[in-house]
Amino acid sequence: MAGPREKFDNPVVEWIDSRLPLFTMIQKEYGVFPTPRNFNYFWSFGGMAMLTLVIMILSGVFLAMSYVPHADMAFNSVERIVRDVNFGWLLRSIHMNGASMFFIVVYIHMFRGLYYGSYKAPREILWMLGVAIFLLMMATAFIGYVLPWSQMSGWGATVITSLFSAVPLVGDGIVTWLWGGFSVGNPTLNRFFALHFLLPFVIAGVVALHVWALHITGSNNPLGIEPKKKDDTIPFHPYYTIKDSLAIVVFMIVYAAIVFFYPDIFVHADHFVEFNALVTPAQIVPEWYFLPFYAILRAFTFDIGLFGTVLLSAKLQGVIAMFGSIIVLFFLPFMDRSPVRSARFRPLYRIALILLVVDLFILGYVGAQHAEEPYITIGQLATAYYFAFFFVIIPLLNKFEKPKPLPNSISEAVLSK
Amino acid sequence: MAQAKNSSKSNPVQDETKRDFLYLTAGAMAAVGAGSLVWPFVHSMNPAADTLALASIDVNLSAIEVGQAVTVTWRGKPVFIRRRTPEEISEARSVDMSALPDPQADAERVQKDEWLIMVGVCTHLGCVPLGQKEADSKGDFGGWFCPCHGSHYDTSGRIRKGPAPKNLAVPEYEFLTDTNVRIG
Repeated sequence: MAGPREKFDNPVVEWIDSRLPLFTMIQKEYGVFPTPRNFNYFWSFGGMAMLTLVIMILSGVFLAMSYVPHADMAFNSVERIVRDVNFGWLLRSIHMNGASMFFIVVYIHMFRGLYYGSYKAPREILWMLGVAIFLLMMATAFIGYVLPWSQMSGWGATVITSLFSAVPLVGDGIVTWLWGGFSVGNPTLNRFFALHFLLPFVIAGVVALHVWALHITGSNNPLGIEPKKKDDTIPFHPYYTIKDSLAIVVFMIVYAAIVFFYPDIFVHADHFVEFNALVTPAQIVPEWYFLPFYAILRAFTFDIGLFGTVLLSAKLQGVIAMFGSIIVLFFLPFMDRSPVRSARFRPLYRIALILLVVDLFILGYVGAQHAEEPYITIGQLATAYYFAFFFVIIPLLNKFEKPKPLPNSISEAVLSK
Repeated sequence: MAQAKNSSKSNPVQDETKRDFLYLTAGAMAAVGAGSLVWPFVHSMNPAADTLALASIDVNLSAIEVGQAVTVTWRGKPVFIRRRTPEEISEARSVDMSALPDPQADAERVQKDEWLIMVGVCTHLGCVPLGQKEADSKGDFGGWFCPCHGSHYDTSGRIRKGPAPKNLAVPEYEFLTDTNVRIG
């Protein structure tokens, strides 16, 4: 931060800035920051995600003021928030649906990264921080879903924590440790509340690193080529502040429509029944944003053994595959060796990626069904494609794909239209 | 540094190995210290003393008729107690062991033939199987059926079909009298 600093006209701003150059930083990173001139609206989803995080933290803090993290009182305290606390219904609707909105926005943001090759050099760390944020979001959302202490909360928690029992030897010990007892109970709820309060701030910290990394490398853009000349870029303000603002307004209209008119659209009916440790609901389904991964978890139905001993139980395979399906994203920047970023110039990658999106929708659909035929086979085929995309298709494309010719520069490509 | 080295009488090679040794031992002590500091935090998440104190319960079986089942809560988990009919017992005993994913003879799973006592938690992902109530689905083998992912258990609580890897667990228990049992 040392070095020449332009003086501000306002004496108060100047007094502060000469001691802590906050205003200089904002001016540099969000004012004049040179940004590729050819963004489309996919580039607005990062800002939308950041805004959603702020909304989630704020609504969450106020909900926590009325919530009681005790197994006997949690469910009723949430009902009290909705019925008796002033505007509690609004806070809850904002927070509950905010989780879904957050995942919609982040999934589109991730798709943008995949489609336009934003994960490639020099943005590998930027991408990996994003995957870390995604993992933290998943943990936070899962834990948060447990807090209302409904049938879906308690049983979802049971199923997901029981995944760790698949770990050889120490699995059962890990599960008891996670629960703080011999089943999902009050100690579990207590620690989940503590973690649900902590993790969003961890996310905010990683988001800060993510944005920092972004401002070191600069943004990718729909052409996937680096800006070379001055007229390839425009200052972030006012061009993208206004573009992002419009995107946010549209996003807020959709979000508000759900909050006010369809507050329960994402919620399973069993989420309104208090947790009973002795009665399992007819079907346990996770929130929609976990369904594709839930389908991957359930796709493994055969033990792998050697001479009669089970080496990898079906359960352990499913658990490894589910976590692996996200962990593989960390390695994507090093697996994809194609020098071309944007799918606009990669005809085969483009098709494979669009199929991956279709595949994820199929997995999501299968994840919501009972584990029976034909869904088991469909789920297995869809899981096979998911992993084939990373371990077969991408290596093949590295060898055989012929990219289309790239434009010379952003401005040339944009202005020739 | 350089000056210190020159003025020192000791062999520089020896000096370096001495430093390596100090470095390693200091590092090892730091690791032990960090580990022993972390353990209290980690262990605080394990079941507390009061949770462990609730670890056993006594159940009076005198009211249960043949063919009936009751569910009691033990360590926050349901325990299934079924007073089996002679048909159910003979069915459980006549199964070919090679047909079982987790082979176990019925006799190993009960102390008294009539009384089947098990933890009612599916060994797949921890749901509570159906089959305790009259109207419940009992699965293809007349025992229990887990609605979550479709595991079927027989009249001995052994897994027969579906994703669960193991038979329903049999808890530690002892008959205090003919009609009183202590679980845990």
